[in-house]
Amino acid sequence: MIESHLSLLIVVLPLLAAPVIAVLPRGHLPWAISTLVSWSVFYLAVWQLMNVSAGNVISYELGGWAPPWGIEYRIDAANALVALIVSGIAALTLPYALKSVIKEIPQKQHALFYAAFMLCLTGLLGIAQTGDIFNLFVFLEISSLSSYALISLGKKRQALTAAYQYLIMGTIGATFFIIGVGLLYAMTGTLNMADLSQRLPELYDHRTIHTAFAFIMVGFALKLALFPLHLWLPNAYTYAPTVVTIFLAATSTKVAVYVMLRMVFTVFGFSFIENTPTDELFLLLCVTGILMMSFYAIYQKDSKRLLAYSSVAQIGYMMLGIGLGSMLSVTATLVHLFNHALIKGALFMAVGALIYRIGSSRLEHFSGLGKQMPWTFAAIVVAGLSLIGVPGTAGFISKWYLVLAAIEKQQWLIVAVILIGSLLAVIYVWKIIEVLYFQASDETSQITSGQKNINVKEAPLMLLIPMWGLVFANVYFGFNTELTVGTADQAVKLLVPDAN
Amino acid sequence: MDMILGHYNYWLVIIIMMAGFYTVISRGNLIKKIVGLNIFQVSVFLLYISIGNVKDGAVPIIEKGVTLYSNPLPHVLILTAIVVGVATTALGLALVVRIKEAYGSIEEDDIHNQDQSL
Repeated sequence: MIESHLSLLIVVLPLLAAPVIAVLPRGHLPWAISTLVSWSVFYLAVWQLMNVSAGNVISYELGGWAPPWGIEYRIDAANALVALIVSGIAALTLPYALKSVIKEIPQKQHALFYAAFMLCLTGLLGIAQTGDIFNLFVFLEISSLSSYALISLGKKRQALTAAYQYLIMGTIGATFFIIGVGLLYAMTGTLNMADLSQRLPELYDHRTIHTAFAFIMVGFALKLALFPLHLWLPNAYTYAPTVVTIFLAATSTKVAVYVMLRMVFTVFGFSFIENTPTDELFLLLCVTGILMMSFYAIYQKDSKRLLAYSSVAQIGYMMLGIGLGSMLSVTATLVHLFNHALIKGALFMAVGALIYRIGSSRLEHFSGLGKQMPWTFAAIVVAGLSLIGVPGTAGFISKWYLVLAAIEKQQWLIVAVILIGSLLAVIYVWKIIEVLYFQASDETSQITSGQKNINVKEAPLMLLIPMWGLVFANVYFGFNTELTVGTADQAVKLLVPDAN
Repeated sequence: MDMILGHYNYWLVIIIMMAGFYTVISRGNLIKKIVGLNIFQVSVFLLYISIGNVKDGAVPIIEKGVTLYSNPLPHVLILTAIVVGVATTALGLALVVRIKEAYGSIEEDDIHNQDQSL
């Protein structure tokens, strides 16, 4: 009986947990409950993925109202994969959060912090689960509003302006999205995604549909920080508390890319996109974005900002897959969604461990820490190799598929850009490694930060275990691609039935 | 002429939308930006309410002898969007209060200069 409701439970569990956590007394209880909730949600997401991995679809009618009138949760392999990424990263971030949050956030705000974290998780999972386009907007706003609040909890005052900037840009993006949804509803009279995809083909030539499409695309390009709409992202990632950066970097832009996939392939259909300049525009923006943002990353002096710019470049790779529009390229996008969440999660956790010990994220303060914190350093090396795309790591698999897709489409320029982007990644990853390992610890650091890096100890075990969990996942999914590529294949079969 | 007068509510929506959007982009004052954002969102509420109107349709309450009703769904949708808008405004203003405490100013250029000079 309860089994048929489990898909809904994934969203409702963190939603109900949030107000409970908010009123809990100080201490470890708020943390313990959110960790418990995130692990149960993770368990449910694994169960859900196993149920749909054979290519079938779970359809859940909210309140027993049949679609297209009621809200429908329609879960296929793509939804299940995204829900797995979000809940998996949450389940690993929360154990890490215990020590990191105590250090970075005042104690009286802990309960509220975890409540906001649960709301953010609710929103992101809701976006992944729902099959209703207006419901998606509501979940989008739940996740966005809570992430503005989470970002503003950063220690420096720039966190406030970063959160404000994100609020303005994010709200414009979300409002663009509902304008598009409203126009679609005016033309078709439905909000159900599956129903929309049935009704839209006969209206393809209508100008309102083109306008709606443009609003939705621009709105979500803002949300997923597609170059040149990425301006909110570097500040938000740099000044947010470490835990928030880990969680948002690994999940929120990924969820937005998934929505883009849904809109392009399920709702509108790629045959519609091909007759608009969208796919060429995506390719152009991605190519410039990958190159420019990788260059920007090289010149950053702050480790979190460096990784943030690298994230914008990586989003370019994911959107390339959508722009190319073949089965292979969409597989690459989905695989990279998963792998990049693992890579950036691990990298931000490792950088967070350094910040935990020395209290600064500036690269020049990191000198010599590689010898003091060998495990954290090793994690940065392995995750960095994965970011570059070295064979034997998860990052290689997604780049491999992307290059194959570009070759299949005979887009040699894009093949070149992917390879150049990887070379630039070598440079900025090397910059972190060089400071950590090849600079003596007593040069500049103690003058500026007022402490000797020589006395710094390895990060506590509570930070190392989740970090290495993700690092091992990076290596494991570099060899065993059954879960990532297999699921992505299933998802693509449903997403792109009409592609060649 | 019918294009303008017949769809006057949609023209109104476009004007309000652009006025709000322009305010968000052009103003440096953080409060004025939020005001602009609100105006921008209100235009979307009007758009949805206009969509729900059915020509010669009655108020959507079941009554004898009435066969044609306006569509109530967009109105319900926009209730949700209004709530979201209120929450966004509240959060935005709360952030402005904190920014004022931290910087002593709510002018974007001023705040930017203070961060640069550090």
